[in-house]
Amino acid sequence: MIKEEFAVTNRLGLHARPAALLVQTASKFKAKIDIRKEEQVVNGKSVMGLLMLAAENGSRLVISCDGEDEKEAMNSIRSLFANKFEED
Amino acid sequence: MLIIKGIAASPNIAIGPAFVVEDEEIVINQLEIPKNKIRMEIQRFKRALEKTNRDLDRTEHRALKTLGKAHAKLIETHRLILSDPLITKEVLRRIQSERVNAEFALSEALEAVNQAFEKIEDEFFRERRHDVFDVGKRLLSHLMRRGKKPLSAVEVPSIVVAHNLLPSDTLQLKDARALGFATDLGGKSSHTAILAQSLELPAVVGLSDVSQRLKTGDTLIVDGEQGLIILYPTPEVIEKYVQMQAQLQLQDKALENLKGLEAVTRDGKSIQLMTNLDAPEELKSIAALNTDGIGLFRTEYLFSNRTTPPSEKEQHEAYFRVFKTMAPKPVVFRTADIGGDRITDLGFEEHSSESNPFMGLRGIRLFLHYPELFKVQLRAILKTAPQGDVRILLPMISSIEELISSKKILKSTMDELAQEGVPPVKKVELGIMVEIPSVAMALDTFLDDVDFISIGTNDLIQYLLAVDRLNENVAYLYDPFHPAVVRTLHQIVETAHSKEKPVGICGEMPSDPKTTKLLVGLGVDSLSVTPRMFLRIKRNLRSLSFQEATKAVKQALLLTDSASIRKLLIT
Repeated sequence: MIKEEFAVTNRLGLHARPAALLVQTASKFKAKIDIRKEEQVVNGKSVMGLLMLAAENGSRLVISCDGEDEKEAMNSIRSLFANKFEED
Repeated sequence: MLIIKGIAASPNIAIGPAFVVEDEEIVINQLEIPKNKIRMEIQRFKRALEKTNRDLDRTEHRALKTLGKAHAKLIETHRLILSDPLITKEVLRRIQSERVNAEFALSEALEAVNQAFEKIEDEFFRERRHDVFDVGKRLLSHLMRRGKKPLSAVEVPSIVVAHNLLPSDTLQLKDARALGFATDLGGKSSHTAILAQSLELPAVVGLSDVSQRLKTGDTLIVDGEQGLIILYPTPEVIEKYVQMQAQLQLQDKALENLKGLEAVTRDGKSIQLMTNLDAPEELKSIAALNTDGIGLFRTEYLFSNRTTPPSEKEQHEAYFRVFKTMAPKPVVFRTADIGGDRITDLGFEEHSSESNPFMGLRGIRLFLHYPELFKVQLRAILKTAPQGDVRILLPMISSIEELISSKKILKSTMDELAQEGVPPVKKVELGIMVEIPSVAMALDTFLDDVDFISIGTNDLIQYLLAVDRLNENVAYLYDPFHPAVVRTLHQIVETAHSKEKPVGICGEMPSDPKTTKLLVGLGVDSLSVTPRMFLRIKRNLRSLSFQEATKAVKQALLLTDSASIRKLLIT
């Protein structure tokens, strides 16, 4: 299992569209993907779970990937954050 | 007291408490699913998911066209919500472990999500729950066939007040205690109007927001004569209406005397006066009217509110009862004019919902698409008249190819029956509905292949004038006296008569006493009217002069506006 911390830099936070993008990306992989914000942990393949996190601009998320393709999964997620989810 | 003006849809007066049909009220009951049915319940849920997904595809398609890419993206989110494990996995888990029905499992899962969302402090994120609800509602609507409070729940005799009544609501009404109807939507030939007339109940439609203004139990008066309703009437007004009710009953009694008399004009021209038959319950009262036959047997009711199509035996029994009751008078069997939505209910392949079902897969189009359904109905009809004659009427014909294909199927069905040793019917008369402008315009090309025609006025006028008669914003444009309608009807009758084919007319137009002079003057050979209006139309007919009516129509054909035509022709 690998873990990495990300900061949400989108102006509106992880709202519907970036959340959708994150879920779509996560769903491409077999690995189990969890996303933690403070005490709350949600399934990275659940858009409702992600929205419930209410990850606003500036919040920090710890994402863990666990499975045979965990590295590829984390790479894809990392580039999403790096590109600000194709926004702004 | 408040008087609201609407459209008079069915005559007479009703006074009583309202029963308000709440629209789209979603009531979710918890049901226990037996162990051996769990798999079916899961399948049902998966089918609803698929249907909702297709809904989303269509919405996305529309959004892309009209709103642009950014909006269409939202649908993407909705699709993810639909496939979210919090819905899919969680609902399946609940169905399996708690053995509850899919609707309940879904509503519980949604409620859990809702509670989680409510705790979110950030308003922006909290409001995303509306997207979840939106998707949840779509999904629920596919699980539950209808969310309406059933009309069978009417306990005391009441006036049914609704936003709109659908054909599927009507079957429950038979045993319900309705005194009359008042609806927000609808025009003179809406389903509510047709239903009310066949049940002989007063109705006023097109009242815009009456279903919002009343609650169950409020007293109101439905004045189907003047087309208005009175909310919270004063005792004086109630008294006045009670007296009017009594007077109308007296008039009805006077009409009773016409029962034994012929349908013939003052100057001796006989016109076949028949009735429509919409439901078997009407048969007894139609027989008592002593009509010239059934001019339009709408067989659709046999296909309503069920999950498998009616068998040949079931159809045959229904048709034979009608045939026997009416014999030796003719019965015109119209093959079912059902739409694609019904096909899914009847357990056939999934049929995608149509955005414009009036112009969609219905009537003969549907039967040519599913010839096995068509054949079963034809067999049942052909078997009803051993040694006699049978009249079959095809709805929604728009091209000669459809007529030829239908005739081929009819021929092969007859051959099949002959091979099986079923005694052949002596004569089969085949007719088409003239209800699509293409047929009206090129009628001469169809006439060699038919024995008679029947003008379906509801659809013909609707398609000719491009007016949805259920749309209260444009219902005023639906006008049987429009010069184009009068001229089209004239052209149809002339063309058919030049080839010596008889012309019948059905739909709501002939049931409107105001049109009798026009129809007689056009030279229509038979009128098929609702049983309720039968005697009134007969009274009209008997007071008319055929010669005068013909002359008036000739003049009307030269006029340019509806008002002048009405002035000339309204009886």
